[in-house]
Amino acid sequence: MKTIKILLAEPSDVIAAGFQELLGADSPFVICGCCSSAEGLKEAVVRYRPALLLINPSLLGDSAVTELSSLTDVNPHIVFVALVYQYFSASMLRPYAAVVDICDSKMQIENKLKQVLKNQDPSETGEGYELTQREKDVLVLVAKGLMNKEIADKLNLSVHTVITHRKNITHKTDIKSVAGLTVYALLNNLIDKDEVL
Amino acid sequence: MKHRFFTADMKMSEIFHTNLNMAVLLPRLDMDFGFAEKTVVQCCQMHGVDCDFFLMIGNVYTFEDYLPDTEELHKLNIDKLLEFLLKSHKYYMEERLPHIENHLEKIVENGDASVQAILKQFYADYKQEVWNHFEYEEDTVFPYIRQLLNDKSKPNYQIDQFEQNHSNIEDKLADLINIIIKYLPGKLRTADRISMLQDLNALSADLNRHALIEDKILVPFVEYLEKQRHENN
Repeated sequence: MKTIKILLAEPSDVIAAGFQELLGADSPFVICGCCSSAEGLKEAVVRYRPALLLINPSLLGDSAVTELSSLTDVNPHIVFVALVYQYFSASMLRPYAAVVDICDSKMQIENKLKQVLKNQDPSETGEGYELTQREKDVLVLVAKGLMNKEIADKLNLSVHTVITHRKNITHKTDIKSVAGLTVYALLNNLIDKDEVL
Repeated sequence: MKHRFFTADMKMSEIFHTNLNMAVLLPRLDMDFGFAEKTVVQCCQMHGVDCDFFLMIGNVYTFEDYLPDTEELHKLNIDKLLEFLLKSHKYYMEERLPHIENHLEKIVENGDASVQAILKQFYADYKQEVWNHFEYEEDTVFPYIRQLLNDKSKPNYQIDQFEQNHSNIEDKLADLINIIIKYLPGKLRTADRISMLQDLNALSADLNRHALIEDKILVPFVEYLEKQRHENN
């Protein structure tokens, strides 16, 4: 069984230890690391490459959206799940794909985590890992050195859609740098070397 | 699980049995093999190396959850650390990167000319980026630290400007590994490709630890110096 790596960000040692225990044996999940504060979160995401971040929203406070998007920058397919045991307003929970309450049963927690990952995984949604034609169009322009705004104008898309395509390209190919994407485009004959070198 | 960090009274050989990756550090620390049954502190004395410094580097290099405590950090021999970082830069630039480049050249030698050009360009860009990063540290960050230590004049820099641009370098290296595994056509010098992947993997681990030494030792120490200076003024 493939194990799914979870990074846990929780200030309470007791609760963190509880999750380690609960998701330890006979579960497809493994807690690959724990952070007790928001500091070091990005470093941990880079280091452990977790599929999922289970985080107490109080650690990020009002800056959740910016903090989480900075994590998406380093790991585009990470999923954020809130871990709660106190009241949070709906707006504070909006950035998260799901909410796990510590009163949930082991089964409820596992099902919630599986469900959010299923929604995320393109192989489950039938898209596969091959690039779509639209993604290839975006890739070619990225390789040519265009900025998101320029790509959006050229393809008649919103900047937001271009960013989504770029995330999917990186998720499917696992290539993050523009230089790496250029090599990919060239090796797959999507562009000619005279166009970029 | 709680593990034991490296200590001064353990056998030096045990450190290398625990983490063989540390072998590449020996030349950078002016040390060499032939430890026999000597302890860490004995070996350090023999080579004239500061034992606390050696342990700090070894522990960061080996244990993910190791962080030097405040007292250890304040006793840090910063000159030794800067010397170590400079030697590390030199080792990457003069030994590892050219060595890997040799592999790359062999791999693409018989391949398509455009593939050759593309990969060489990618590698050249990567090397340049690593160099820029090192150069910034050597020309801006390290002189700033020396100024903090020796000079009373007000520096026009602060360590929090030290950009954490390791991630770019790490991404490019990961991309290169990925390209060699997935996208470079098959039947191109498999043996060289395997050696190159092993070298890239080792380099990636080494650079990652190098970054941790900066994040866990260098930056906190400089923050401490800055705080001291602030309090004295």
